[in-house]
Amino acid sequence: MTRVLSRRHFLGTVVAAGSALLAACRREQATPTVPAARTPAAGLQFEGVEVNVITFTGPQIAEPLQRRAPDFQKLTGAKINVITVPFADLYQKILTDFTTGTNSYHVIVFAPQWMADYVEPGYLEDLTPRIEADPALQWDDIAPFFRNFSATYGGKIYTIPLDGDFQMVYYRTDLLEAEGLKPPETWEDYLAIAQHFHGKDLNGDGVPDFGSGIAKRRGAQSYWMFWSIAASFLQSQGTQQGAFFDVDTLEPLTNNEAFARALEIYKETGKYGPPDELNWDVGDSRAAFVTGRCALTLDWGDIGTLAIDPEQSKVKDKVGAIILPGTKEVLDRKTGKLVTCDANTCPHAINGVNHAPYAAFGGWSGAINKNAPAKVKDAGYAFLSYMSQPAQANVDVTIGKTGFNPYRISQFENIDLWVKAGMSEAAARNYLGAIKESLNSPNMVLDLRIPGAQRYQGVVLDTVLSRYLAGELTTKQAMEELTRGWNEITNELGRDQQKQAYRSSLSIR
Amino acid sequence: MRGLPPVTTPQRRGDAVAAPARRIPWSRAALVSWADRQAGAVLVLPAILVILVLSIFPLLFSLYLSLSRFQPVSGGFRIHFVGLLNYRKLFLGSEREHFLGRLGESGLIGWLAFVVLAAIGLVLLWRSLRTGPLNIFRLAGHSVVALASLLALWLAVRTIVASGGRPGTLVVTWVYVFGGVALQFLVGLLLASLCAQQLPGRRFFRVVFLLPMMITPVGVAYTFRMLTDTGKGPFAPIAHWLGYANVSWVNDPWGARVAVMIGDLWQWTPFMFIVLLAALESQSPEPIEAAIVDGANRWQIFWHITVPQIAPVASTVILIRLIEAFKIFDMPNVLTGGGPGTATESLTLHAYVLWRSLDYGTSAAVAYSLLFVVTFVGIAYVRLVHRRLTEAL
Repeated sequence: MTRVLSRRHFLGTVVAAGSALLAACRREQATPTVPAARTPAAGLQFEGVEVNVITFTGPQIAEPLQRRAPDFQKLTGAKINVITVPFADLYQKILTDFTTGTNSYHVIVFAPQWMADYVEPGYLEDLTPRIEADPALQWDDIAPFFRNFSATYGGKIYTIPLDGDFQMVYYRTDLLEAEGLKPPETWEDYLAIAQHFHGKDLNGDGVPDFGSGIAKRRGAQSYWMFWSIAASFLQSQGTQQGAFFDVDTLEPLTNNEAFARALEIYKETGKYGPPDELNWDVGDSRAAFVTGRCALTLDWGDIGTLAIDPEQSKVKDKVGAIILPGTKEVLDRKTGKLVTCDANTCPHAINGVNHAPYAAFGGWSGAINKNAPAKVKDAGYAFLSYMSQPAQANVDVTIGKTGFNPYRISQFENIDLWVKAGMSEAAARNYLGAIKESLNSPNMVLDLRIPGAQRYQGVVLDTVLSRYLAGELTTKQAMEELTRGWNEITNELGRDQQKQAYRSSLSIR
Repeated sequence: MRGLPPVTTPQRRGDAVAAPARRIPWSRAALVSWADRQAGAVLVLPAILVILVLSIFPLLFSLYLSLSRFQPVSGGFRIHFVGLLNYRKLFLGSEREHFLGRLGESGLIGWLAFVVLAAIGLVLLWRSLRTGPLNIFRLAGHSVVALASLLALWLAVRTIVASGGRPGTLVVTWVYVFGGVALQFLVGLLLASLCAQQLPGRRFFRVVFLLPMMITPVGVAYTFRMLTDTGKGPFAPIAHWLGYANVSWVNDPWGARVAVMIGDLWQWTPFMFIVLLAALESQSPEPIEAAIVDGANRWQIFWHITVPQIAPVASTVILIRLIEAFKIFDMPNVLTGGGPGTATESLTLHAYVLWRSLDYGTSAAVAYSLLFVVTFVGIAYVRLVHRRLTEAL
């Protein structure tokens, strides 16, 4: 039997369905987080609390969070939902959620260099009192640099470091030894070694391989690699000199002979790289290096631990890590020219070479949304603390796929940890030594941490670099466009405020 | 106010239409008839409200956004009105090269290309103008189209053909739209003509040719990213054998644009194909039979009988694809990330790149520029081409 739906019935149904939907939406908005309190059965501290954690589409970083979430739930009862978004969207997703008051993300695992944009409008919870009252976190075990730079803003602690980030150069010890070559000290050495091995079969599969492999894809994390090259040309007088802007005028250091040289070296690495290097993300460059396809690469600490991963590595115990190569000529800020290193121009030079290890990114860190419900904030904090406590962290940093690199003193001191994970003792000492040397350098380059940092680097710098590599811009045009773009952002956000922010990020009063 | 009982129940309304007015007070009849007249509006109102809320309001708000600057501040965000600053940035400021491209020195070839293409365009416009009565509106309309086309052509020639020139996202989008849609139409027509023949297996191929359209664009883009990878992709052994292992076509600006267009062609040809196939199969057989009797060859039949018959449908499907193609996003975003450089970036991707760094103002300005271009091209196409083709029948 067919029943014809009358118009009135139909309208009634539509109205009823509509109001039900509206009611559902409203209800969801009113209580975005905590589901109706379930009876605390086992009496666990956070029984029934759900915490939404946002980070980028892994597998790195998201993997340890996802892997350890069920253990944490068993311990505390809190359910951790790890939400992942592509790296290029992360900054915006978090900020949009916070500015619109949606507050669906309770814990964010992000780049601490974006902190200015999140802390200034008051979106992040001040974690200082919680950390002071949390002996299990062993805060003092975290290396001072990560405590002071990655975690602290304006004297207050806003993040818990989960990762330590320095870029280094990795080389194949077996290849260099066989040819009697020394690891690169300068970027010119890097190019020479890359050229030497380019086109030779480096992993015995009969296919010619590459001298160098660097992630250069646009809209990914490539612009940090470039600054690792530029850093030693731009900064030679110690950390407080800054490697991005002039600290007195906030004029970008991006249009001078030194920057031009850095751009040219960056481009030249491509000559000894894979043909589709411009499409390579860190995932591609890491896979290529650990499968033995490249003699050299430039990356964060991940390669060291990926190289001992039995599932994919073909270069176990054949990988050396060194502090970023440097230069014998540095920028003279008065004239914009390159000058040769001497006791005045490069006071921190080693063997006449100015090194400027770049604390790129600052290490993935966790922060808490100030507007999340109190109980959720407590659970969120407990989760971040749990992830960073040595019992968990000292295992995670030795596993390649976590993307977490050492950041605790105990991780640097305890060689056994690394030997247990599969590294030879020599390799572990070499790997940790390179990070320690970077960490202790008086000429370390701090990453840009001022309002709009993501626009300066993630949009303008990223686009200019990618256009430069693609041959759309000459070196001169690239420098002009970058300088113009950066000045435009500075003027838009207010030169004086930006200058103040930059100076305070370098701890200049 | 006058103490009248409510009169808008459906039953009474039905009665009121049928019953003579004198049986109920005049005022009530008037009210009822007023309500009756408003019934249409009342029924349409929800739809209008939905459109207002979901379409017109965002449209106007994004217009305002394109004239302002967005800033997150304590406890929320602030929107400053900055006038035409964002548009100035696009057309004259730091985004100009990204948006419009870099003008090169157009040598002899550039100028020759410009003059030839401009002449063809102007002749077509002149022919279109002569087909109807000449009045001030048509003249003005044609002049605007002529001027805009010349400007667009000049920009395209100076950025694509001229030495040292680089097309910006605007011109790259035109390449995708006009080049891509033309190719899709030709391939779609070819496939439709094949499937309209009494060939064995044509039913099977009809389904196969339709499949790409059903796949999500991101999936297609990832597939093509894999296929174009000469280092690790499935065609890597072939590339290696041919000696092209160290050549990556997504590293070359035009190679990458062609790769994006091939992906788009693969995805959207089925749409052209299915509509054109329907048009081909629904044309009346009598004129064709008559032509065969008269001794016309295949080409003559196709050109003089089939083409005029399918022209209205073809024109409509081209119009739909033109408008749709302007919004190309997934393919360049996934396949090349807009690279190398900004070579494959479309306008939507350009707006997205700005949007994700919270530069909502400039992003909205790009989106509005796109809206303007799409609307202009759409209207010009309907006025100059579509109407003629459909009215010719």
